[in-house]
Amino acid sequence: MKILVCISHVPDTTSKINFTDGDTKFDTNGVQFVINPNDEFGLTRAMWFKEKQGASVDVVNVGGAETEPTLRKALAIGADTAIRVNTEATDGFAVAKQLAKVVKDGGYDLVIAGRESIDYNGGMVPGMLAAMTDANFVTNCIGLEIDGTNAKAVREIDGGKETVNTSLPLVVAGQKGIVEESDLRIPNMRGIMMARKKPLNVVEPVDATSETSTANFEKPAPKGAVKLVDADNIDELVNLLHNEAKVI
Amino acid sequence: MSVLVYTESENGKFKKAALEVVSYAKAVADQMGTTVTAVAINADDNESLGAYGASKVLSVKDDSLNNFNAKKHAAVIEQAAKNESAKVVVLSSSADSKYLAPLLAVGLDAGYVSNVVEAPSSTSPFTVKRTAFTNKAFANTEINTDVKIVGLSNNSFGVVEASGSASVEDFSPSIPDSGVNVESVDKATDKVSIADAEVVVSGGRGLKGPENWGMIEELADVLGAATACSKPVSDLGWRPHGEHVGQTGKPVASNLYIAIGISGAIQHLAGINASKVKVVVNTDPEAPFFKAADYGVVGDAFEVVPALIEKLKAFKAQNA
Ligand SMILES: Cc1cc2nc3c(=O)[nH]c(=O)nc-3n(C[C@H](O)[C@H](O)[C@H](O)COP(=O)(O)OP(=O)(O)OC[C@H]3O[C@@H](n4cnc5c(N)ncnc54)[C@H](O)[C@@H]3O)c2cc1C
Ligand SMILES: Nc1ncnc2c1ncn2[C@@H]1O[C@H](COP(=O)(O)O)[C@@H](O)[C@H]1O
Repeated sequence: MKILVCISHVPDTTSKINFTDGDTKFDTNGVQFVINPNDEFGLTRAMWFKEKQGASVDVVNVGGAETEPTLRKALAIGADTAIRVNTEATDGFAVAKQLAKVVKDGGYDLVIAGRESIDYNGGMVPGMLAAMTDANFVTNCIGLEIDGTNAKAVREIDGGKETVNTSLPLVVAGQKGIVEESDLRIPNMRGIMMARKKPLNVVEPVDATSETSTANFEKPAPKGAVKLVDADNIDELVNLLHNEAKVI
Repeated sequence: MSVLVYTESENGKFKKAALEVVSYAKAVADQMGTTVTAVAINADDNESLGAYGASKVLSVKDDSLNNFNAKKHAAVIEQAAKNESAKVVVLSSSADSKYLAPLLAVGLDAGYVSNVVEAPSSTSPFTVKRTAFTNKAFANTEINTDVKIVGLSNNSFGVVEASGSASVEDFSPSIPDSGVNVESVDKATDKVSIADAEVVVSGGRGLKGPENWGMIEELADVLGAATACSKPVSDLGWRPHGEHVGQTGKPVASNLYIAIGISGAIQHLAGINASKVKVVVNTDPEAPFFKAADYGVVGDAFEVVPALIEKLKAFKAQNA
């Protein structure tokens, strides 16, 4: 089984979000970039398929050279080969177009992406990729088993979960649950050394125009001060929620 | 040329999110000088959508659509959009709508923007405001394709009543085979889901252990709320993963969010910031959550929560 894991390169969850150039660009100054958390869960599941079922695992990112350390980290966790499609990720559609080419060229059976990236939060790349490559698709995936070309997946739904049967070729968009937090691997020294020798192939993009473009960013208006209520005076809290906030 | 909206239902009844997306579609249609057509699958009370601004409802009745199936449902909406020559399609942010949206976008060659929080600031170019960086910012994004798909953030626009009536037409699209088949659904029917909840009661590590969740559930019960938790609480196995909210968990956009024994880490706040009113109960006055909350109680959850339950019960008895 050939697995491709899509890796989006995102600001660490603790990052302060600021913009430059008249609020048109994300300010990367002082920002630490990481593997998108949802993708890290998916990559860890892919490593399980590699170790238990002999799958090969490649990772891919659509982005500039600045994303290579993130791909190297994925190699250090255990992926075999990294691919970087050398173009700016302008919108979800354009990224999916690039990934579709990689999937077709590589003949992948299973693509594991994340439910959403924590920077753009589009939640659209994996589904678009599935539609473009005529693969089956399961999102919000919190469980995945593969047996030959058959797959059983668990999807988180509003208020519960659902189990589905499907088959390869398949794209899943994973999240925490596809493996547990405690299953995540911190690359060790040996992994890091080995990653330096593993191939990181840079491929040139295909033509793909974006369908959307962001004119500018805004930050939320600053929040007013909290109104404190005395712990002995919970009546007052009920009163405020009813009469002032009007939420009960 | 109408604005098409997909109105989700459960057991034949429209969800609140469906009424919200119709309200939103009506605002877009007014801006564009056109009308709203809804597509409803196995819903009973189709006429009722007129009260929120739909002029026409395409009613699909098909038993093969009883279980949600992203590919089949996307195909239905795609055919409805083509039928109506719709230039704008509006969807909610439910798990199901977010699942089908990218499939529909490819099918319609339409640009798709998710997590939209306001009516378009302009319809030419078509510009919408969406959240980005998990609620730490907004992006004003233009959709440049002929057909546009808007995914509306839950509880961002609100349900707006209109005076009008809707005509109902039967619609029988062709349903494709899907390679994904539901084997079983495991869903608590007696509990409010976080996505649908107007009120969410959430507990953190400050509650010390899973045995102390009784009072959280009771508080949720009194408020008709959903229960949620911080990430470590689900990682520790105190609560199910489905309750984990925050940047790497579920987003919350309720009217009221009550955080009990949660410190207010940046990753937690990012996921719940879209909630309108936030209340925090924490023993530590320095807990970062107090900076993000509207109302706060510095105090011990084991005293404050039982008191709050009691006062709310009294309040309900009085206002019943
Ligand atoms: C990549 C990444 C992603 C993450 N994503 C998320 C996410 O999506 N969601 C999330 O929640 N976290 C997330 N986190 C974790 C986050 O950083 C915090 O560790 C977490 O939110 C803390 O949970 P907590 O507030 O329940 O626990 P703690 O930080 O331990 O806080 C417990 C609080 O309870 C208070 N307390 C103690 N006793 C009482 C009492 N008797 N009564 C009242 N209050 C009391 C304490 O004063 C304290 O403020 C993420 C972290 C990382 C690194
Ligand atoms: N530039 C990218 N390169 C590779 N994979 C990506 C890229 N952007 C998004 N993805 C994948 O698609 C998922 C969802 O991203 P998004 O649609 O942006 O929310 C991510 O978790 C990644 O797995």
